[in-house]
Amino acid sequence: MAVLVIADHDGSSVRDTTHKTVTAALALSSDVDVLVLGSKAAADAAAKIAGVRKVLFADGADLGHGLAEAVEATVVPLAAGYDAVLSPATTDGKNFMPRIAAKLDVAPISDIIEVLSSDSFVRPIYAGNALETVQSSDAKKVITVRPTAFAAAAEGGSAPVESVASADTDKATFVSEEMVKSDRPELGAAKIVVSGGRAMGSAEEFHAVIEPLADKLGAAVGASRAAVDAGYAPNDYQVGQTGKVVAPALYIAVGISGAIQHLAGMKDSKIIVAINKDADAPIFQVADYGLVGDYKTVVPELMAALG
Amino acid sequence: MKVLVPVKRVIDYNVKARVKADQTGVDLANVKMSMNPFDEIAVEEAVRLKEGKEHHAAGTASEIVAVSIGVTQAQETIRTALAMGADRGLLIQSDKDLEPLAVAKLLKAVVDEEKPDLVLMGKQSIDGDNNAVGQMLAALLGWPQATFAGKLVVADGKATVTREVDGGLQTLAVTLPAVVTVDLRLNTPRYASLPNIMKAKKKEIAVKAVADYGVDVADRLKVVKVTEPPKRSAGIKVADAAELVANLKTAGVL
Ligand SMILES: Cc1cc2nc3c(=O)[nH]c(=O)nc-3n(C[C@H](O)[C@H](O)[C@H](O)COP(=O)(O)OP(=O)(O)OC[C@H]3O[C@@H](n4cnc5c(N)ncnc54)[C@H](O)[C@@H]3O)c2cc1C
Ligand SMILES: Nc1ncnc2c1ncn2[C@@H]1O[C@H](COP(=O)(O)O)[C@@H](O)[C@H]1O
Repeated sequence: MAVLVIADHDGSSVRDTTHKTVTAALALSSDVDVLVLGSKAAADAAAKIAGVRKVLFADGADLGHGLAEAVEATVVPLAAGYDAVLSPATTDGKNFMPRIAAKLDVAPISDIIEVLSSDSFVRPIYAGNALETVQSSDAKKVITVRPTAFAAAAEGGSAPVESVASADTDKATFVSEEMVKSDRPELGAAKIVVSGGRAMGSAEEFHAVIEPLADKLGAAVGASRAAVDAGYAPNDYQVGQTGKVVAPALYIAVGISGAIQHLAGMKDSKIIVAINKDADAPIFQVADYGLVGDYKTVVPELMAALG
Repeated sequence: MKVLVPVKRVIDYNVKARVKADQTGVDLANVKMSMNPFDEIAVEEAVRLKEGKEHHAAGTASEIVAVSIGVTQAQETIRTALAMGADRGLLIQSDKDLEPLAVAKLLKAVVDEEKPDLVLMGKQSIDGDNNAVGQMLAALLGWPQATFAGKLVVADGKATVTREVDGGLQTLAVTLPAVVTVDLRLNTPRYASLPNIMKAKKKEIAVKAVADYGVDVADRLKVVKVTEPPKRSAGIKVADAAELVANLKTAGVL
């Protein structure tokens, strides 16, 4: 059995979501190849992941932008040589993997958190309120992997890099992108996450309260949907069922009530801290340490106590 | 332009799903069911395309067809879409929950019949959390797709879509016909007014059976079991920031 992992990268290096997906792939087979779309530098970086047999590199602007039509046309012919195709459950993976699955007439398996055997997997459903164990009868598997559920494969490999044919598309065109630039750690990979909720009341307050606390802790910044919707924080900060899933060592929720949809994105964190003025807020039901109080006094005190 | 909007009947988003004791699934008996929240956003956007609300030119959409695949009660979901402003409905009746691949195949058959210029749908159903049907439908049709739309502009045979992606926002232009799946921030769906709810009662809902479409809807995935996730128990309340920091240091996370 051979497995193809489609890498997640930033144009120069592979993200650790790729390393985690390689770990899931290695649970299926020891023959794991990695496909890198649109960046030779990232392909060279992927070659250094331990346990990778070889790296396939497909070049092209449409692939670099992750256009699903081009990714599908590139991957479907390659899939003939593999028993499973995996990608991290990033927005890119979620975008193109079901498309690839449909072309292969396969039922995609989304967001797995555990590999039980070559055909059985565990995945959360209902915003993580239930875990479903599914067994696939398809000859080929098309799977997205929840990165927070797997350890990252180590560096130290030296796989060969091979170019493969690439496709493009005339039905979709890349127009522009606005990527949020930040010197903070990436939300999905950070050891500590500080998130702010609706209680912040304005973007200025979000900047003034959440960001200094995150910077003091070397943390990534997250937000509830309410905070994002109200424009206090950019959309890619959203943690939850329909945003990002995080599982840091420490998650600090400031002025977040703890709706089911928010919990879905952070309840696998090792330690959860909640700061909320309402002692009955549902977030306290999952918090290891709860501090009941107004964040306006609690956060400055916390900054001081951290020294 | 004709717009097809697939709408799914799911557990209401305010209800916390409970796993059945026999581990066969989630208990939906006597649970409030509603339209999948993302699908409400898709219906709203379709209606705005027709009305010419926001940046849309009036009449960008000429007809809106809402389609649901599910139990008889999914007619209520379609009725909600009609009350919001969809023109007519189609129910493909199925007592069994179908997998995304089967749903996509049925929707492809509906598209072949209805020939819409745009399929506007939710990015994800909040029960199965698959996030798959739109992308699969686009693949089966050989159409382009634009997923996770936070902004949609339709003009000159193209949909220009700003997508909510991990690193920020990406804007794509896709030629029509296309499939667009919507994200939360595209719009805020309206509540149907009483007169519109009354009007919706007179709109047509065609009812068909899965068998009418002659597509293979067999399951590919066997649900072995459905279990409860590990429970997190509430921890302790600390009195102040100093006590919090002391605890976090002891726990080894600071
Ligand atoms: C389909 C769907 C998907 C969704 N997906 C997500 C998702 O991915 N992520 C997500 O987060 N949400 C999601 N939501 C929204 C979710 O249901 C909640 O509405 C949202 O999480 C609430 O955000 P919040 O906790 O910041 O706001 P609120 O619920 O309004 O809570 C604010 C909290 O701040 C506290 N507070 C107020 N003032 C202070 C103060 N001065 N000091 C301390 N505490 C204070 C209040 O006591 C309250 O508990 C989704 C909803 C739907 C329908
Ligand atoms: N049974 C169904 N009937 C109608 N539309 C559906 C059905 N299942 C899924 N969809 C559509 O597909 C979208 C994505 O669903 P999913 O891939 O299941 O997460 C939903 O938001 C709906 O628009």
